[in-house]
Amino acid sequence: MADSVTNLEELKKLAPPAELRRAPVVEGNPSLGALTDKLSEFAEGKTPRWWWILFLPAAFAATVIFPTCLFYQVFTGVGVWGNNHPVMWGLDIVNFIWWVGVAHAGTLISALLFLTRQHWRTTIGRMAEAMTVFSVMMAGLYPAIHVGRAWFDWFMFPVPNSNGLWPQFKSPLMWDVFAVNTYLMVSTLFWYMGLIPDLALMRDRSKTRVRKFLYGLFALGWTGSARHWHNYEKAYVILCGLCTLLVFTVSSIVGLDFCTAQLAGWHATIFPLYFVIGAVFCGFGMVLVILIPLRKWCGLEKIITMSHMDKIAKLTLVSGLIIAYIYLMEFFIAWYSGDPYEKWVFGHRLFGHTYWVLGWMLIGINVCVTQLLWFKKIRSNLAALFVIGLLINVGMWCERFVIVVGSLYQDFLPANWGKYMPTIWDIGLYIGTLGAFFMLYLLFVKFLPMIAIAEVKGVTPHGDPHHPLGGAQKGDRQ
Amino acid sequence: MSEKLYGLMAEFNSPGEVLHAAEKVRAAGYRRWDVFTPFPIHGIDKVMGYKNSLVGLFSLAMAAGAFLSVVVLIWFTNAFDYPLIVGGKPMFSVPMTFVPAYIMLIMGGAIGALVGMFALNQLPRLHHPLLNKARFALATRDKFFIVIGAEDKKFSVTETRQLLEAIGGAHVDIVEDKD
Repeated sequence: MADSVTNLEELKKLAPPAELRRAPVVEGNPSLGALTDKLSEFAEGKTPRWWWILFLPAAFAATVIFPTCLFYQVFTGVGVWGNNHPVMWGLDIVNFIWWVGVAHAGTLISALLFLTRQHWRTTIGRMAEAMTVFSVMMAGLYPAIHVGRAWFDWFMFPVPNSNGLWPQFKSPLMWDVFAVNTYLMVSTLFWYMGLIPDLALMRDRSKTRVRKFLYGLFALGWTGSARHWHNYEKAYVILCGLCTLLVFTVSSIVGLDFCTAQLAGWHATIFPLYFVIGAVFCGFGMVLVILIPLRKWCGLEKIITMSHMDKIAKLTLVSGLIIAYIYLMEFFIAWYSGDPYEKWVFGHRLFGHTYWVLGWMLIGINVCVTQLLWFKKIRSNLAALFVIGLLINVGMWCERFVIVVGSLYQDFLPANWGKYMPTIWDIGLYIGTLGAFFMLYLLFVKFLPMIAIAEVKGVTPHGDPHHPLGGAQKGDRQ
Repeated sequence: MSEKLYGLMAEFNSPGEVLHAAEKVRAAGYRRWDVFTPFPIHGIDKVMGYKNSLVGLFSLAMAAGAFLSVVVLIWFTNAFDYPLIVGGKPMFSVPMTFVPAYIMLIMGGAIGALVGMFALNQLPRLHHPLLNKARFALATRDKFFIVIGAEDKKFSVTETRQLLEAIGGAHVDIVEDKD
């Protein structure tokens, strides 16, 4: 032990000056045991009041409003929504894209940042993945009921049926079926695999028989053997790589749904990229909205540090800048193409009837408000970040509305023009999905380790065998 | 209820200690032993002498299988069983199958990685002799364990215990396998 202390002194002498040092992943340099206690505290402790205050309305929306709107729509028909000729894609598709978008940042944070060895991702990865899993569930629901006769959904899968018909695989709408289902499946597997070691920890810590049994069941007999970790890490890297591919694939395919149509405003090659970046941007907004209150209420300020929030804000800014560039390109190409229909649609996004408000909100929030993140003062102000995150979600929702409805309501023939207004059932279903999402999220926070405990321990100095605090001896390579 | 000797376990306090101890166990010539840690330790693979994990092969096989089966499925459904003309395009061409096949490649690869991990680790298992030990509950928290199996040719309760104590292991204890 004496060796390791002198080692620590030497290491301090070699360390770079304070301003060049990286912020530690976890503040306060806790020991492994203290860190474990801290991180599993919330899932084991007494349910706080704020949890109930959030959970009850969310559960009401999820179990009363949601099924009511769903059953009324399924039993009556798509007509209960505001969708009607010529706007056949309304809030259902707007919300579908919005939910897929929310999912994307989760995968980006946990998978892409893992591949680029960003240690800070360990503290927020699990929460971001949970966000992905639950929002893909909500997203997948919309197209499934939008088809009108939801009981025929199985026609979309290549299952032999009495009509002798098969799906038409040349359509991007068909690709969507595969993409969204794969996304749900893969992100759930990824999330669950990450949970296994932490479920084993919860099993070993649990005091009651029921908890021990349930955590033990889902931990699948994990012991933490080096051989197991060896295979586990390999599988984890592979899953990260595949999830990163999914980030770029799923929203691209959603973008293809639009750009293969001939409609002015949709028929643009930029769409796949546009949707991917839009999705990531929107998802970062949601990450800010979820993380900021949770880190405060669950007492995780030293784990999800201000340095992490700063990094998320910077990533939000980067994706926001790409979005601003794409908006600019869209308008430029509409003008440069010389196509009167394109010009008409884009002119009417900002100076048209009815929906011009949303057009300006999209510019005002996604382009202008995002620029506030250039300032360190804003990035270190949690209230400001929370509001910006919330606004980004609203702004991206407006963007999807403008894209979907804005192109459909005034197409090539003036005789064919119409209006679209969401009905109470549209709005009710959206509230219902929001409720279901937050209900699932709160249950996750309460019953599962919301931070990847094993991963966080592995990136602290105490968990590093080549650091004096991790027990490295004199002469070890550090 | 027969009780069989499973092995000897020793406890260490830090990843650095267990890494050095593992080097010594390997140097002593033991073959059937393992290290149990709350998180993966950098460098332990080398000490334990693990080669590249085979999980990648499972993933590759499943991914390739999924990709090819979707190509065949699309040919069968849209060109063979019920030929379908869409937009005057050929009934079947390889590029048109790419997107669904690629998506299913990702699905196959992911399932393959998970299945491979479970298969190679022989999980899920409902019980493990080590889980009977009260102190072993700390293996997911902040302690690091080396377990030398009784099946090892060099294993002897006294000598192995001496080795584990010499390399700094605390709470050296016998693990029994209860049937």
